[in-house]
Amino acid sequence: MTNEIEQIPVALTVNGEKVSKLIEPRLSLVDFLRNELELTGSHIGCEHGVCGACTVRVNGEIVRGCLMLAVQANGGEVETIEGASDSGKIDDLQKAFHERNALQCGFCTPGMLMTTTELLATNPDPSREEIREYLSGNYCRCTGYEAIVDAIETVAQERKGA
Amino acid sequence: MPDTKSMIKDHVLDRPNSYIGRSVPRPNAKRLLAGRGTFTDDVKLPRLTHVAFLRSTYAHAEIVSIDVSEAKESEGVVAVVTGPEMAEVCSPWVGVLTHLEGLKSAPQHALAVKKASWQGEPVVAVVANTRAQAEDAIELIDIEWKELPVVADMETALDPETPLIHPELGDNLAWQRDLDAGDVDTAFANADHVIEETYISNRHTGVCLETRGIVADYNPGEDQLTIYHSTQAPHMMQSLFAKHLNIEEHKVRVICKDVGGSYGIKVHSYPDEYATVALAYMLKRPVKFIADRLESFTSDIHARDHRVKTKVAVSNEGEIQAFEIDDLTGIGPYSVYPRTSGIEANQVVNLTGGQYTNPNYRARAQVVLQNKSPMCQYRAVGHPILTLITEGMVDDAARKIGMDPLEIRRKNLVPDDAYPTTAPSGLPFENLSHHASLYKLVEMMDYDGLRKDQAEAREQGIYRGIGLATFIEVTNPGPAFYGVGGAPISAQDGATMRLDAKGNVIVEIGVTEQGQGAEAVVAQCAATALGVSMDKIKVIAGDTDITPYGGGTWGSRAAGIGGEAAVQAGKALRQNIVEVAGIMLQCDPSTLDIRENNVVDLADGNERMALAEVGRVCYYRPDTLPKDYQSELVVTRHYVPKQFPFAFTNGVQGCYLEVDTNTGFITFKKYVVVEDCGTVINPLLVDEQVRGGVIQGLGGALYEECLYSDEGQFLNGTMADYLVPMAAEMPDVEVGHVESPTLDSELGAKGAGEAGTGGAPAVVMNALNDALEPLGGKVTIQPFTPERILQAIGKI
Repeated sequence: MTNEIEQIPVALTVNGEKVSKLIEPRLSLVDFLRNELELTGSHIGCEHGVCGACTVRVNGEIVRGCLMLAVQANGGEVETIEGASDSGKIDDLQKAFHERNALQCGFCTPGMLMTTTELLATNPDPSREEIREYLSGNYCRCTGYEAIVDAIETVAQERKGA
Repeated sequence: MPDTKSMIKDHVLDRPNSYIGRSVPRPNAKRLLAGRGTFTDDVKLPRLTHVAFLRSTYAHAEIVSIDVSEAKESEGVVAVVTGPEMAEVCSPWVGVLTHLEGLKSAPQHALAVKKASWQGEPVVAVVANTRAQAEDAIELIDIEWKELPVVADMETALDPETPLIHPELGDNLAWQRDLDAGDVDTAFANADHVIEETYISNRHTGVCLETRGIVADYNPGEDQLTIYHSTQAPHMMQSLFAKHLNIEEHKVRVICKDVGGSYGIKVHSYPDEYATVALAYMLKRPVKFIADRLESFTSDIHARDHRVKTKVAVSNEGEIQAFEIDDLTGIGPYSVYPRTSGIEANQVVNLTGGQYTNPNYRARAQVVLQNKSPMCQYRAVGHPILTLITEGMVDDAARKIGMDPLEIRRKNLVPDDAYPTTAPSGLPFENLSHHASLYKLVEMMDYDGLRKDQAEAREQGIYRGIGLATFIEVTNPGPAFYGVGGAPISAQDGATMRLDAKGNVIVEIGVTEQGQGAEAVVAQCAATALGVSMDKIKVIAGDTDITPYGGGTWGSRAAGIGGEAAVQAGKALRQNIVEVAGIMLQCDPSTLDIRENNVVDLADGNERMALAEVGRVCYYRPDTLPKDYQSELVVTRHYVPKQFPFAFTNGVQGCYLEVDTNTGFITFKKYVVVEDCGTVINPLLVDEQVRGGVIQGLGGALYEECLYSDEGQFLNGTMADYLVPMAAEMPDVEVGHVESPTLDSELGAKGAGEAGTGGAPAVVMNALNDALEPLGGKVTIQPFTPERILQAIGKI
């Protein structure tokens, strides 16, 4: 037995760039992004959809990169932390996280930021309880969450005032 | 309280534009926010291969035979290596230290030889071009196992009929320590009240979001091993890899880039990591190992599996007259190398009751072997247990005599003006502030107001409880922790500071960044001592080829020890710079200082020369300096605590919570911590260490438990089954400070990384028992799950 696995072609847009690759069907989206495209900002924490470290945006929706196969994103649009960061549209979030020290080791942070963009897009004025509830799919072992909640609250208020 | 500033001339805290005590954001956090960190799995090298391990599915089983022939033929496979083959390259180790007298363990191999002793022990390594290919090939390995009887329950591990895990050791007792201080028997005999209880802390683990990982490469051309490692202690790992691969230490370079959480989990050496390094050495090409989550659960160290029988004596007036504890802890089949698995129990013996005046103290700790994942030091090592039992006993005593928990603490805590003093175990305490901290906590939480609210709520059938937990914490460890016992772990750390030609400063430091802010704190100390702005400073850490030899980051030592090394290096470099500036300016160097990136007149701060000009002259135009003068713009200074073996800190936690007596769910109404870590270098970072520590402690207190079957099978090895704190359930934590600087360093900083974790289980338990008392309920088994809470009040 040699375990040879047939590779299939995928073509998609990642952070605005068109990419096409030949991949194994079993490849998860996050493995594809990290290993094939070297977009290492999306992290792998559990590989079973619990911790949220691999959160990315696919066709406008945030998803767990470990629960979706790369082939399922074929023809779609994917945004990762690298794209979101370079675009400048999360500058205020990054600044608030930095100033409030809403990250320590930073491993959960890209997923946390991706989830937060979705939260503030759907609920621009969340209460602390709503923020905490929304972040329940993103684990952080370092901060204890309070600083993250503070940073998000700050950005929501700033955006409201802007 | 001693006034540190007045005691030392030219004190670093007195500098103009000091960064000490300022909430400066971490400069190195920005790359992490952009997704541009470099965690170990992000490292990619040419010709990189990936290793996966076949791990034992049995808790205890003999390896009869291994057939790897099919696996070797599988697509993409580079090598398949078994235990005996690995043992030819990587020598075994024994996790003992001489200062834990009598501690014994068996030789442990990188890959199991002859038998496996826990479910998850690595047995066969498969190296392939991708991790998936390596895992595919593992499926093709045929192992014949012969199951052996399993020692799962620590309570019966020492029974004569229990089989021995390592027959050559003679029994399953790894270590025992007995301590008897004062006159315990007389105290109990004469006591008004004696209260006995059994407290249980169940086994849990660190669950770093970034699993353990390592990338090793060997270049035979220069006989050089280069290892990218998610670790807390690069120099320790350099020493260990060199020793067990029989390579000179300077031929091993350990590079530690971003670490995705460590909490003590990544301060130990692991068999799969030795194996990965050995495989790179054998194959002469890079090999990567990244643990998956199941591997993490079954091969990361676990911690805190303790059953402690307690006994406390108290007078009618509330004087605590004796503590006695009997601690039993199961550590898995091996004492972990090189720090050993005896330290946790040792801390329990050393520090239980240490914040109280009572001199009569007897302790026994028995550390037993069992067929479960190895246990070792995890954040706040031993403190969650010893604080749980100490503060549990104090509440037991208070409840017995009907005294308020606050009152009994005020009556029995060592007075703040009694220091220096020693614990009953003999450990010296330099300068603690239990009463000042308690006073501040009571103000912050409005203790009296909460008691009133509690009484009113009870009238409406709502059960709320107040918990208090005072604590002491080991930080800034000197050589007494590990070095004296023979471990290759540096107690001192160094900082090298270099002024470059443009007036910028490079700081190389032996402590490492784990996300707690070590690099920021080192930069604050260096910038302040030298007299430059933080944007001029670049800190380099985590590379054994570059930084001064050091211990790394653990035991809440990075700020207190690394920070002090940076202070001393900064002062020395300032001296060197004003010396050469004095020559250039033709004035007495003692009339000069450095402030805000300029050489200035000490007396009035008038600018004399930019540091960039000093750099330009020294590097590009040294011909303009006297021929008999050589400038030195690089200095190295080291620091190790010398007056005390550890810089003990203290603090107190208080919480107010509500129990739903129908569901067993709890809701935090208030959570307050007052912490005394000496000089606070960066309040923002210290407060977040406390908060993060509390929440990690609450994980152990409320949710986290490594569940095993009687056969030693791990039952909840996914993040869906092993629960950790999530955002929705966790409270906001108010943090206050009392500052009692250690006089062992000029900076005066003690550690702050573990205080939150150490006190959390105790304060939750005491609050729960306060709430449940009118229902006749009491919880003593951690985690305090809804099920255990409902059992305690007879609802189920």
